[in-house]
Amino acid sequence: MGNILTLAQKELRAYFVSPIAYVLLVFFALLFGYFYVSSINFMIQLSMGQFGMGGPQIVNINEFMIRPLFGNTAVILLFMLPMLTMRSFAEEKRSGTIELLLTSPLTDVQIILGKFLGAMALYTLMLSLTLVHIGVLFWYGEPEWAPVLSGYLGLLLMGGSFISIGLAISSMTKNQIVAGVSTFAVLLLFWIINWMGDASGTMTQSVLAYLSILEHLDDFSKGVIDTTHVTYYVSFITLGLFLTAKSMDMARWNG
Amino acid sequence: MIDVQHVTKRYGPLTAVDDLSFRVERGEILGFLGPNGAGKTTTMRILTGYLPATEGRVQVAGFDVFEQPIEAKRRTGYLPETPPLYPEMTVDEYLQFVARIKGVPASDRQAQIGSAMERTSIADMGDRYCGRLSKGYRQRVGLAQAILHNPDVLILDEPTAGLDPRQIIETRKLITDLAGDHTVILSTHILPEVSQTCQRVVIINRGRVVAVDTPDNLTARLQGSQTLYLQVDTQGADPLPALEGVAGVLSVTVADKRDGVGGYQVESGSGDDIRRELSRTVVTNGWGLLELRPQQMSLEDIFLQLTTEDAPADTLAADAGTGDDADEANTEDRTDG
Repeated sequence: MGNILTLAQKELRAYFVSPIAYVLLVFFALLFGYFYVSSINFMIQLSMGQFGMGGPQIVNINEFMIRPLFGNTAVILLFMLPMLTMRSFAEEKRSGTIELLLTSPLTDVQIILGKFLGAMALYTLMLSLTLVHIGVLFWYGEPEWAPVLSGYLGLLLMGGSFISIGLAISSMTKNQIVAGVSTFAVLLLFWIINWMGDASGTMTQSVLAYLSILEHLDDFSKGVIDTTHVTYYVSFITLGLFLTAKSMDMARWNG
Repeated sequence: MIDVQHVTKRYGPLTAVDDLSFRVERGEILGFLGPNGAGKTTTMRILTGYLPATEGRVQVAGFDVFEQPIEAKRRTGYLPETPPLYPEMTVDEYLQFVARIKGVPASDRQAQIGSAMERTSIADMGDRYCGRLSKGYRQRVGLAQAILHNPDVLILDEPTAGLDPRQIIETRKLITDLAGDHTVILSTHILPEVSQTCQRVVIINRGRVVAVDTPDNLTARLQGSQTLYLQVDTQGADPLPALEGVAGVLSVTVADKRDGVGGYQVESGSGDDIRRELSRTVVTNGWGLLELRPQQMSLEDIFLQLTTEDAPADTLAADAGTGDDADEANTEDRTDG
């Protein structure tokens, strides 16, 4: 456990010594802020009854603001998290520092979990920036806190899935750009995998819908913590980390 | 301390290391000599547990590298060809990190880092960023990293590469000092390095052991015949018959010839110093003696000689008459590989 924390700490440091962490934090905050402001505008218009629903009315902030906002956040993450994980293994392989890790008394699992936790720490920090925005909503409005919490849990789990796949792909190449682009492509594929479902039969459709990474987020922001969804994300993370371990093993045999 | 038995490493159809066996005793410095691409780095990576061998067994400090990797790695210090530094860390931070992942207890950490920095003379470099160090300092930080946890076994892949002459001397001295309580394997393609620091040498070529011996025996063996370079101005006469007539001369070959001045390579048996006889012959014939010097055997010559002999390893081991380990390693039955 000590080793895992040492490695995670090293990862987090590396993010902050290079510009990566700052670029991610700043642009995440910027984009989140943009979506936040536009959804506030939408909600104001809605509550003023500008959509022909007969005068001003009380609008559910959770339903009409926070839930779509979390959905939009997922889109930002789809673009940004591949950049967070692309260097993790690729850079160590390119510069040769992986030789230090692999000849130290560490297990592969410790190395992988260290990198995963390091990336998760930065991701959690990114998410925590949005607490300010959400806090403002609590200041001026009366949203329910339970769906907000479960929404954050959903985002954490989904981000964890992105990160674990990102690590697996980064461990397969020495080139950061290749790792980043491939991760983005794979995540996008998992995102839209259910689009094809409409044209195929009901069985395939439900399978594809289950595989889609976004389908599972929505219930969290509704305030529902469904074990199906938790199981999905946890399995996804486990699979990603398992693939990373396999890929490290293969790299070892192939030199 | 290190026991390598019938190790083979294949990458697909390519065999990088072919049935390699040798042993290193506690406190010994073993030189690993070979041309580029001979399999030195691959062998070292197998010893450190970075790569698994396709076949064979490696034991370090009594632990099997494949079956008890954590125990073996705990007792191994390794300096790869490129020092594995994180450019964004300062030397202090880097060594702190290494000390942690190598499992140095918190109470000893500061002391061990201090002594490693002292020994590699980087004590005043603590707050410099690794990414901004010169090649020489990178190499030394890499070395500090390798000796930090006081390992039983040190594996150094070309430790003096990229250093200036003064640093090379310092590094060699450091390695010699370390040998007392550490067992050291170092690889190099520089011959003098081996004779100055190592007690025993393994020469490999194309993944195979060509020779295992002490540097002295190896040098003696390789200088079994001596070659002199002789340049004479014969004013057109052919000096070959006269030169070949000198006692002790085995053969004379023409090295270069222009404007009546000829350069010759004169080979003689070892131990015979024929320089006096040779110069006398030249002078009595009325020729001009322009140059006479012993020719150093280059590493290329040695490899050529060793790799073109039929059974080089066996002859060498037999000739040597010392180094029991060498004999053992080479003559063992090769059954279980």
